[in-house]
Amino acid sequence: MSDLKNAPLVTITIDGQELQVPAGMNVIAAAALIGKEIPHYCYHPRLSIVGNCRMCMVELGMVMKDRATGQVILDEAGKPKIGWAPKPAIGCGTQAVNGLHVKTDTQLVKDCQKGVMEFLLVNHPLDCPICDQAGECTLQEFATDYGQGYSRFVEEKNVKPKRTQLGPRVMLDDERCILCARCIRFCKEIAGEDVLGFVDRGSYSTLTCYPGKALTNNYSLNTVDICPVGALTSTDFRFKMRVWFLKKTDSICTESSVGVNTTVWSREGQIYRITPRENGEVNDSWMADSGRALYEKVEAPERLKCPKINGNTVPLPEAIDRACELFDAAQKVAYVASGHMSVEEQFLFKELTHVQPGDIYGVMHVQEADGFLISADSTPNMRGGLAVGLWEDLPQKQLSALGDKIDNGAVTLLVVYNEDLFETGLTEAQLRKVEIIYLGTHRNRTSEYADLVLPTLMAFEKSGSFINQQWRLQTFAQAVPGPTGLLPDICLMEHLRSHLVGEAYVAPTLTGIWGRLSHENALFKGVLFNKIPKTGQLLEAEAFAHHAFLEGKGLHYEPKVTIIPEAVQAS
Amino acid sequence: MEVILLKALYALLMIGAVMGLAAYSVLGERKISAWIQGRIGPNRTSFPLIAKIPLIGPALRYLGIWQPLADGLKFLFKEDPIPGHVKGIYYMMAPVLVLVPALSTMVVVPFGEYFDSAGKAYPLILADIDLGLWFIFSLASLGVYGIVLAGWAANSKYPFIGGIRSCAQLISYELVMGLSVLPIIVWVNAPGVSAGLSLVSIVNTQGGAWFIMTQPLSALLFLIALFAETNRLPFDMPESETELVGGFHTEYGSFKFGFFFLAEYAHMVIGSAIFSLLFLGGWHFLPWIASPWPASIFGTICSVLWFLGKIVFLMFFFIWIRWTLPRFRYDQVMQLAWGKLLPIALINLVFYTILVAFIS
Amino acid sequence: MATKVLERKPLTWAEKTYLPQIVHGLKITWKAMFKKPITLQYPEEKPELPMGYRGIPTLVKDPNGREKCVSCQLCEFICPPKAIRITPGEIPADASTAHVEKAPKAFEINMLRCIYCGLCQEVCPEEAIFLQNAFSLSGYSRQELVFQKDKLYELGGTLPDTHHKWDKKKAAAAHPHHH
Repeated sequence: MSDLKNAPLVTITIDGQELQVPAGMNVIAAAALIGKEIPHYCYHPRLSIVGNCRMCMVELGMVMKDRATGQVILDEAGKPKIGWAPKPAIGCGTQAVNGLHVKTDTQLVKDCQKGVMEFLLVNHPLDCPICDQAGECTLQEFATDYGQGYSRFVEEKNVKPKRTQLGPRVMLDDERCILCARCIRFCKEIAGEDVLGFVDRGSYSTLTCYPGKALTNNYSLNTVDICPVGALTSTDFRFKMRVWFLKKTDSICTESSVGVNTTVWSREGQIYRITPRENGEVNDSWMADSGRALYEKVEAPERLKCPKINGNTVPLPEAIDRACELFDAAQKVAYVASGHMSVEEQFLFKELTHVQPGDIYGVMHVQEADGFLISADSTPNMRGGLAVGLWEDLPQKQLSALGDKIDNGAVTLLVVYNEDLFETGLTEAQLRKVEIIYLGTHRNRTSEYADLVLPTLMAFEKSGSFINQQWRLQTFAQAVPGPTGLLPDICLMEHLRSHLVGEAYVAPTLTGIWGRLSHENALFKGVLFNKIPKTGQLLEAEAFAHHAFLEGKGLHYEPKVTIIPEAVQAS
Repeated sequence: MEVILLKALYALLMIGAVMGLAAYSVLGERKISAWIQGRIGPNRTSFPLIAKIPLIGPALRYLGIWQPLADGLKFLFKEDPIPGHVKGIYYMMAPVLVLVPALSTMVVVPFGEYFDSAGKAYPLILADIDLGLWFIFSLASLGVYGIVLAGWAANSKYPFIGGIRSCAQLISYELVMGLSVLPIIVWVNAPGVSAGLSLVSIVNTQGGAWFIMTQPLSALLFLIALFAETNRLPFDMPESETELVGGFHTEYGSFKFGFFFLAEYAHMVIGSAIFSLLFLGGWHFLPWIASPWPASIFGTICSVLWFLGKIVFLMFFFIWIRWTLPRFRYDQVMQLAWGKLLPIALINLVFYTILVAFIS
Repeated sequence: MATKVLERKPLTWAEKTYLPQIVHGLKITWKAMFKKPITLQYPEEKPELPMGYRGIPTLVKDPNGREKCVSCQLCEFICPPKAIRITPGEIPADASTAHVEKAPKAFEINMLRCIYCGLCQEVCPEEAIFLQNAFSLSGYSRQELVFQKDKLYELGGTLPDTHHKWDKKKAAAAHPHHH
């Protein structure tokens, strides 16, 4: 919790191994640095310390000093004498100070852990076969690692409520709860909505919402993530799939320009859940509930799954031919690109526009920011468009300029990527006046008017990179295959471009595109796609600092430019 | 005219008998192997109406009497795939080439005797030619062409190896076979006697002692060579399914395979017939005991049945040996022929030649 | 273990001819011909299955008729040929077995893949899947041999339950020893 960046280094000794850590560092975190696991339930690096699980017992000692002189007392071998505390103490409640000695694997510590495990399991229902946490449950893991392997408890176990709906997305099974209070602290300290608490005492303690309140916060599902046992479960993921079947893929949340790091959990081409991925520079350990639901759009009924000419399904080659015809017939083309495209797609889209030059528009999507992990810009990659030069200035919400050009007959063909032009103020009459090639993932009003629809893939179905509000370049990987027969967007665009100029189609690769990007674009100088760190790579974007970005203050983000009022933006 | 009709009838009977014997020896093979191995053997085929007859129906079913019929039908109606890589016309010819010599040899094989009104005995034979034995050897050696051709026309490695093996093996053992028969010819054609090579005269010579008694070594050599010539275990080198998949007939299926199958058993039948003619006194009842049957049509049938009985016994012996002995290694087969059997056969021939000279 | 070198005696003349051995072999096979066959007339006679025989995997119900499977998917996980496919589901709160919470919505065993190893039975924490005595299995289509839940329960039937784990749970919930 506390900021350790500027703390002085101190020397501590863990199990005889000396190491230098910032003063004030938690002993559990310090032990993790040298690969020592101190088991814990209630401790969470981003929450306050309460010390109520008693699992992280360690033996502590300090270098003995003469009270009078302050001199270190040496033993016969000439080494400093250590004064060991007579009783074990909790590791999470201990912070590193100079001369601190810690023992994590003595018999005393092991007995403590075994005892604590036995007490925790006394009233635990042990219904692992039906528990969603099984497979990622620390109670399971520590029971096998530190527990004694059998139960001496013959009395009847406590009965507590099994199905309590804490909020719309969170379900509570009180019997499984080990009273670590992580969820309570999260609500209080991170989400800022204090709704959870314990009632009753002793083994009858029960987690509940305060009377008249519910866990409705948009960050409620983080309590499920941090719950060390299966007490809190997601109603969406509940009883869907065991976690050990799920493949984890690193991804980026497309909900807003914050670029929350996520893990997509999928099995056999189907996504089951999305959880936050630790990134101390962007989202810490958290994620909004709304972003977790984005995967539902993959299987949405309005998903575009095959190319269409005037509403009739056609094979892809035929659709590409049709696109070429439309391009050849049209004299005046305009393009509507999108902040939903990845950097690579924006680059190839730009290449496409070189074939038949025309104005390139973008659409700004504004949403309500929450000052934490949802920013005002609801596209993940608006800055990418600036970076590759798709648009010179930040796009507007309304495309009135495009509307005027259509009215004048200055545009006869529109190439639209995943934007609904009705939302930008264009009218039905205007859309009827032009030919439209629509590239997008889902059906919308614009796609209904399109002469040619070329389906594209969602971020879960392709690999690429986004630039978030901090100008941090972050990569995402393909988690599931796209609908049968569809090409990744970069291939689709290159297919289109090579057909238009009459070149042989060569499937583009991300490394190939980045070879060109890092070569041609000053912003990306020296960036190697395969070497972009998991936590992202911060770009030197001073050249773009003058733009009036929408984003306000959020977690790990301070806007550099004063926010221009909404009214001015819309004009 | 009447003679020709009679001969034609006899020829048909013989074909029927040999083919029937061959077909049922397959059943015999399966049944005997089953018994030796503690099994029951084919006992599932039944014939629609006959199956309904109490006792007899189930008994026939249990004995597998209809199995050869079912097998034959199966061979006939199976799809007959011809692999793309085979050498067409030779591939088709090979099964025929194997079967034809096997069946042709029976022309000179006497199956019994019949009596005219005066009670004089005549052999039941299609063509009692002087060169009977020679005819058999020359025709039997043609059979190898079919196998070699099958191995070569199949145009794949295992059949090819099988073909080569059979080629070498048959040539080697033919030599032994010929040499083992020579003492009998010498014996039959002792100075002053001119019986020629006719099988009938050889049989007639055995009214008293059978040649298996006077020439046991010749009989043994001939028997071994016979096993080798008919490709029966322990000499089934050309086929040896554990090494060569199916040997020369690997690429054959359906009725073409059926031809090979039938030819093998036809060879066995003819081989058994010749062995019993040469060494077991043909249709003679027992050594030194005159045939007990009267000189009439009934006697004829008895003599034929007696002769057939000897054949069946030999067939049983063939099968019995097959399920008793393991297969030789190929080099052992050749070593046996050239290193052991050939010298013994030569010594045997010299010995009997001198003996015959002495006696006369 | 000490190695004992056996002296190999030279073959006698008779042995070298190989003939006595053949005769001996013939004797053995001759005797074998008259032994009673051990063949079982299969479709009419059925073999007596030993204890612990691993036949077709089946799902079983407890004596109360409750489906024992709680779709924990451990069998699906352990299954070496990946023959098992489970779609988990929630038991509605108003059902009589609501205290079990979870049950399979669909349970598929692809019998064309199953290798009858019995690992599913071994791994099942609820004793819900058993490889019972049925072993003869045939069908006209591949689809037919992908056994669905109802078929598996039909094959499995009911087995006696010694633990009554969930019954105890329900009883405890009905009479909790409250403070």
